[in-house]
Parts: sequence; structure tokens; C-alpha cells
Amino acid sequence: MPQAIDREQVLRLAERGAPVVDVLSPEEHEQLRIAGSAGLWLRELDAGSVAGFAKSEPIVVYCHDPL
Amino acid sequence: MSARAAWRLEELGFSEVYDYDAGRQDWQEAGLPIEGTEAWGPIVADAITVDPPRCRPGDTVGDARSLLGAATQVIVVNEPGVVLGVMRKESWDAADEALVGEAMRLGPSTVRPGAMLVPLLERMRAKETESVLVSDPEGRLIGVLDRADGEAFVSGELIESSFQTCDSCPGWWRHRLVS
Repeated sequence: MPQAIDREQVLRLAERGAPVVDVLSPEEHEQLRIAGSAGLWLRELDAGSVAGFAKSEPIVVYCHDPL
Repeated sequence: MSARAAWRLEELGFSEVYDYDAGRQDWQEAGLPIEGTEAWGPIVADAITVDPPRCRPGDTVGDARSLLGAATQVIVVNEPGVVLGVMRKESWDAADEALVGEAMRLGPSTVRPGAMLVPLLERMRAKETESVLVSDPEGRLIGVLDRADGEAFVSGELIESSFQTCDSCPGWWRHRLVS
């Protein structure tokens, strides 16, 4: 079950090398994103698009805000 | 939206998925690094003075006064560093023996380090505000933005400013120190 985390936990996971992934559209990702984050649009989230990420390692996803 | 993405990743076989549901807005307001075609323009964090004098509500006004140095105010925080008030202007009329908690101005306005600097300076000029406190989204004190420093930064006068890690700040973002 995915675990909701706060900013401090994101920082710690990122320092450990966990990928931080923006699930917004490519246009929104291009405009504004967390520095260093990857783009993985929700609408294109399939086995092919996640091929570059290790499934056994932690991964963090985010979008705009909780809404 | 990120919650759905997190569930989708689990379906795709990821074993340790985390959902930062507060998202990009929370990150940006905390002054953490952002990038992209719209991540331009100076922000408050570019021109703040970190580690301003601070005291506790249980301190005496005399103790707080001794911290002033060249500053005109001492910020009152609790144990976690959350801003409770500020000792400034008429607060200093109190006797040295009085407690800060009784003399301080309550609930000063704060801004986030990730706020855009230029429109904030315009509002400060319109209200003749000389400085504003800068806190993280949880209200913990990060520093002070002096309007004069902000205007100097925008005009390019502080281009030689150096970067230094702020030990008292949450996370690992870096401040541009006003020299």
C-alpha cells in the first residue's frame, strides 16, 4: 500500500537516491517541477514508461498539491 | 492525482511507493529548489538574512534587548522555532524585568521563502513595511527579509553574495546570504 509522506521524508529519500517523480503532464513538467525530478505522466503510466526505474527500490511520486 | 499514480506503480510491481501528496506547491513554498521554464525570477530566499536574533516568551525584556545588536527587532519563537511574536517598536518600552511574552507584538505576518520577491517588495513599499519575517509552511522561523536588501538584490547590487548552508533551516536548501 502506498505510504503518504511529507516534505522532510521526501528529502531523506532523495538523499538516499530514491527517484522523485512528477506525474503531471509533460507540458506542466516542463514548466515547473521539483529540481531533479523525473516526469512520468499518470496517463502514460504503463510497464514501458516505468522500465527505467528499479521496482525493488523506493520511489516517490508527486503532483501539484493534495487537491 | 499522485495517489492514483502511487497505486498504479504498485500494480506495476513497485514494492516501496511513497506519495508526496502535499506536492509541488508545498515544496515551492518551503523554498526548496524548483526548475522549469516558469521557475524564474528572484524569490524571497534570495535576499533574506538568516539567523536573526530570537528569544523565548519566558525571557525577560532585558535579555531580549541584549540580543539586539544592530537589529531593530528580536523574534519570539517557541522550542520548535515557530514564530509567536516579535519584540519591536513599542514592545521595547516595557521594563527590563517584564517578560517577553507579555510585551511582544503577537502574530506578526510571515511569508514563505519561495514567494516571488518583486511583487512582495511592491506590497511592502505600498504599506511602508521595512521588513517581514520568513518562515516555512509550518511557521518555523527561517529569517528576515529587509526591504532594502530585497531592493538591492533586485537591482543587482548584491550579485556578489555568497551561498551558505543554513544550519537552522529544515531540509538542505541553501540561502543566498546578504553580505
